[in-house]
Amino acid sequence: MGFVFPNEVHVTWTVMIVLYPYITGLVAGAFIVSSLYHVFGRDDLKAVARFSLASAFVFLLFAPLPLLVHLGQAKRAFNIMITPNFSSAMAGFGYIYLAYMVVVVLEIWFVMRPQFIERARGRGAVALLCRAILLFNLHSDEQSRLADRRIVRLLAGLGIPMACLLHGYVGFLFGALKANPWWSTPLMFVIFIFSAIVSGIAVLIFHYFVVSWINGWQVDQRCVRAMGKYLWGFMIVAVALELLEVMSIAYKQTEEWEVLSDLIEHQLFVSYVVVQFLILSLVPFLLLGIAALFRLRDRLSNALTWIAATMLLGQVLLMRWNVVIGGQLVSKSMRGFTSYFPGLWEKEGLVTAAVIFTLPFGILYLFHRVVPLFPGAARTDQTRV
Amino acid sequence: MTRSRREMPRRELLRLLAGGSGLLLVSCVPEAGADSRKGYDWSRHYWGYAVDTTRCIGCGACMRACRAENSVPHGVYRTWIERYRVDARGKVAVDAARPDGPSFGVVPGEVVKAFFVPKLCNHCERSVCTQVCPVGASYATKDGVVLVDEERCIGCGYCVQACPYGSRFIHPTLHVASKCTLCYHRITPGLQPACVLACPVEARLFGDLKDPKSRLTTILRQRRYRLLRPEMGTHPKCYYIGLDAEVV
Repeated sequence: MGFVFPNEVHVTWTVMIVLYPYITGLVAGAFIVSSLYHVFGRDDLKAVARFSLASAFVFLLFAPLPLLVHLGQAKRAFNIMITPNFSSAMAGFGYIYLAYMVVVVLEIWFVMRPQFIERARGRGAVALLCRAILLFNLHSDEQSRLADRRIVRLLAGLGIPMACLLHGYVGFLFGALKANPWWSTPLMFVIFIFSAIVSGIAVLIFHYFVVSWINGWQVDQRCVRAMGKYLWGFMIVAVALELLEVMSIAYKQTEEWEVLSDLIEHQLFVSYVVVQFLILSLVPFLLLGIAALFRLRDRLSNALTWIAATMLLGQVLLMRWNVVIGGQLVSKSMRGFTSYFPGLWEKEGLVTAAVIFTLPFGILYLFHRVVPLFPGAARTDQTRV
Repeated sequence: MTRSRREMPRRELLRLLAGGSGLLLVSCVPEAGADSRKGYDWSRHYWGYAVDTTRCIGCGACMRACRAENSVPHGVYRTWIERYRVDARGKVAVDAARPDGPSFGVVPGEVVKAFFVPKLCNHCERSVCTQVCPVGASYATKDGVVLVDEERCIGCGYCVQACPYGSRFIHPTLHVASKCTLCYHRITPGLQPACVLACPVEARLFGDLKDPKSRLTTILRQRRYRLLRPEMGTHPKCYYIGLDAEVV
């Protein structure tokens, strides 16, 4: 539609680049939930503290995978770290990622040391693996546990700014591109951080309920209500920031607004206005508001929270889509729009994305088999007795 | 057993050897991007480009020459021509030339103003593409040409997104970033870029901005010109003579 520069007919960044900020967002959000417990002493989140940390770890493991799939020359990927161009925002990815990975791995090691020791004292391959993880030192006493707790608090505290840095940095990658009017905003990295926290809490709620239902566990009601309230608060900030950004551009009525208004009113009307805002933002806002403000029965409150969390997972994914794809639909000629529809089986298609997104959940399951992630979980029938 | 004063400790000897071999290694490494062409001194040139939009007839010879010279694959462009048509109500219609066959189709309707604008990489002085390239594969030579090292590029596409002019693309078979090189393989031995040579009306001009007597610098002194998207702060070195305000 309109005139598009000939090299812009094909969209360069597709599904994988939508998935990459989505997964890093889940990392940052899940880590912040675990830090709320470990650093700020929010005991109501204890039931998911270990689970959230493990979730952050497995998502972090797979965060670079979409990028590797996307790269035209994936075998040269390590050049980003070996021969970086420091004037590039992207060159920092490897270092930020590795530094954050070190913090997360160390925190997991210190948090779960008692559980690893317990498993290491048994027999078999898992015990051997746990002994190796513990560097063949199974010593533990009150003094060492106290020292571990202090280190965990330090690491979790250090991890918060690093989580914000990791995901804020992803937002900055887009916001720093002055050639693209849909991306070029200083608010981009703040929006990315808040939407990351939203998606992180949402995935924990979603997963916690699903795992509890499958295993017949009773969910920790205090924990779920607390997470619901956090989700509500953070989603309000995230959505408000996104709206404020668009409103400020609209109010200024700059040259860019001519093309961006067209983008919002036509190309992205369904995915951005209708689905992202009117359905996947407004409905969860109302559901979480009802769950937070009214004294509902646990079952109803849980159902509302789970539905809202699931919808917000979709909302953040769609937000990434609308940012990454939406920004590329606008031609730099400012005279037209290109179009994009994802393929199913292509290299960067939907099937690849689904496989990449499923892998962390598989690893999380294996993790849980080695070290239980929900130590206090009680079966519904047992608690009823 | 004591060591005599003249005897060099083994540690020092090893240090000396390591330092010496390091120096030798460093001296053997060529300067990044250094031009090894015999007789060509890139510090003596600073290449620029001009497009006289009042001359272009939209024939597409430049595009075809570029494709042939640089083996540009189908569907991507190192250079292209835009046609602007303004009707009596001031409405502007823009389309791009087709790479093969007749460049532009005939469009019915009254046109009060029409012109052609060839486009290519602007070889910016402050190029965003070289700034954002995470591995330094996009770089500017001393003689002012922005190039891509195909052996180094990782194909992330960040430069494609960053270029305000839509001049870059991911090569469909090499899977690395690609763009106009000003025919660097031709200009260093003293030839003209293929598009400049092919243009039948001299709408495309290439020259040395360091040479005060070159045709390019003379024309830039005499004629009024505009740059594309100057607000981007990229300081393009592609100068557009007689450019209409409609063009970005």
